[in-house]
Amino acid sequence: MADVNRGNRPLSPHLQIYRKQLNSATSILNRITGIAMLGSALLIVWWLLAAATGEAYFDLVDGLMTSLLGDVVMTLSVLGLWYHTLGGLRHLIWDTGRGLELEAADRMGWAMIVGAVALTILTLIFV
Amino acid sequence: MKFATDRKRVIGLGSARSGTEHFWTMTLTSVALMVLTPLFVFTFGPLLGQPYDAVIAALGHPLRALIIALMLIVGLHHFRLGIQVVVEDYTSGLTRKGLLIAFWIISYGLMAIGLFAIAKLAF
Repeated sequence: MADVNRGNRPLSPHLQIYRKQLNSATSILNRITGIAMLGSALLIVWWLLAAATGEAYFDLVDGLMTSLLGDVVMTLSVLGLWYHTLGGLRHLIWDTGRGLELEAADRMGWAMIVGAVALTILTLIFV
Repeated sequence: MKFATDRKRVIGLGSARSGTEHFWTMTLTSVALMVLTPLFVFTFGPLLGQPYDAVIAALGHPLRALIIALMLIVGLHHFRLGIQVVVEDYTSGLTRKGLLIAFWIISYGLMAIGLFAIAKLAF
């Protein structure tokens, strides 16, 4: 790996040069949902700690998390969680060398979006 | 730069024979989370908004306590490794080190607090 030309090579085009496509959009969203899940984890651990603390504190935290704002946040959390789960599943499939062709990757991208919404609706119905 | 040797450029930056550890741990935790996530959603979800006594009784059940505990352990370990990649992608130097330390503490701190609460309710 003699690399004598280092420092004098053309740079690869960066992010903004590419046309937006489903693949990059779903990938970026996968990262965002992953990061956002910290907020959900924080709320759930707070709720657990409140349950372990006592009734008055639990009622306060549980009330906040089931308020209108709490419902919106938890619904978005569920949507993000299902989306990230399907995104992870797509990565596991890709890691086996399957589904890497553009057409298959696009199909999985749409499946992630539709699947995450469908799973969220199912969760809201059954939970 | 042009005069630096290959050896000079890679010293201290190599995999030290553990290059795939991060990737493999992400794979392991991802597979585990494929099972744990649905279990967790349908364990924790119905309890949210329930009266205090019902929640305490439900979390005292070993299976529910185990599902939530496993989700906290595996999920937050997965998060710690994932956020590490994000930090390494967008920051460098002291900022990178500070953020890596901060997220390490937040991830395992949250895990510890959650496990403490579960343990207190389960035993």
